[in-house]
Amino acid sequence: MLEVKNLRRSGGKPVSFTLAAGECLAVRGPSGAGKSLLLRALADLDPHEGEVVWKGRARSAMPAPAWRRLVGYLPAEPGWWGDGVGEHFQSWPEALIARLGLPGDAAAWPISRPSTGERLRLALARALAMEPEVLMLDEPTSALDQASVAVVEALVAEKRAQGLAVLWVTHDPAQAARVARRHLLVSADGAELVDATGAGA
Amino acid sequence: MSGYIHLGYGDLALSALLVLADAGLSLAFQLGMHRRLLWSALRMVVQLLLMGLVLTTLFTLVSPLLTGVAALAMVAFAGREVAARQDRRLSGWWSYGLGTASMLLAAVLVTVLALTTALKPTPWYDPRYALPLLGMILGNTMTGVSLGLNSLTSGLAQRRTAVEARLLLGYDRYQAAAPVVRQAMRQALLPIVNVMSATGVVSIPGMMTGQILGGVAPAEAVKYQIMILFLIAGGVGLGALAAVFGGAWRLTDARHRLRLDRLR
Repeated sequence: MLEVKNLRRSGGKPVSFTLAAGECLAVRGPSGAGKSLLLRALADLDPHEGEVVWKGRARSAMPAPAWRRLVGYLPAEPGWWGDGVGEHFQSWPEALIARLGLPGDAAAWPISRPSTGERLRLALARALAMEPEVLMLDEPTSALDQASVAVVEALVAEKRAQGLAVLWVTHDPAQAARVARRHLLVSADGAELVDATGAGA
Repeated sequence: MSGYIHLGYGDLALSALLVLADAGLSLAFQLGMHRRLLWSALRMVVQLLLMGLVLTTLFTLVSPLLTGVAALAMVAFAGREVAARQDRRLSGWWSYGLGTASMLLAAVLVTVLALTTALKPTPWYDPRYALPLLGMILGNTMTGVSLGLNSLTSGLAQRRTAVEARLLLGYDRYQAAAPVVRQAMRQALLPIVNVMSATGVVSIPGMMTGQILGGVAPAEAVKYQIMILFLIAGGVGLGALAAVFGGAWRLTDARHRLRLDRLR
């Protein structure tokens, strides 16, 4: 279980919630409310207060790189540092690439070639190839067509069945309802957990 | 030393006409450079005349304390120059401090090494050798350090998502910043590499020119020049290494985060 205890960025309200292994929590709220900043804080990319614990292991007790391999984060704009697609992968995740509908020879592409949607799926494959136990997704399907959205949702559901815990930021209420039972509503006043079945969305 | 031709101030005035010609050029083509051109020429003249006076005094006194003070003053000015050449500065004292400390370490270390092993004047701190040597090493180290730091800070700021992508994949802060650090080190080393490959084919370096004009046999001047270029290469490498890695350390933290908030 992921326990988030009084996570607070400077100028923000403290946020606390829990997330079980295999569960998906949809993170919703208006643009600029701090959804991405919340995920950045969970990945320990920005200075902040508070503690996060995964399966009894406190984040503060382990080096940040080890924490980030455990708790994967796919930002809305994934970063690429090299000239070729392949050099961004420690080993080319063939099965994941095929599953996400990407061509197998994409490893040899220059990084300028994939479209925005293809890059999001490449970044998802890169994040999943690390085999994290928690995965934080920041609008991973915003640039995808209907068919690809379904593929991504099915893949994440499959990984959840194997125990992956997921935080999924989405602007689409229908998608939030499809992927998660509990929703975290983020606003300037903090964050509120709601049961989607009871809240009526 | 038979071929030494004494220069009078009248001879200097003649060559100063060329600077005036440049200023005229700026006026004619509306380059807007004439004021800066004349000001920098004037500064150069005053600074060098003062330096001539100071060196004359220091050379007669041969005092380790005064020589040290002069060396420190040179490093301090170089530090100011490095800070002024940055597009994005480190916050607080770091902007001035990091460049200055890197140059102090590199230039002083290399100068002392040359004085105690290759040149061996008596005493080893004889300002007649120490200060010109330090000046040449410092000038080039300054270029390397400012280019390296500038490339590091703008690289980290512009390639933030790329560096953070590497952090998110579980790389530590130095591994994550490695592409930017490599680029910064290359930028810092490139000028001295270019100078070494062009020297002797395209250009005759100023120091060697000075020695030859002063009557030293070319073969002897060449040996000095080769040693100086090696020393400069060492100083640039060491200074850039200290500045770039110091900068990478400062712009990340112990939790392996990229801390661009530490840029001004």
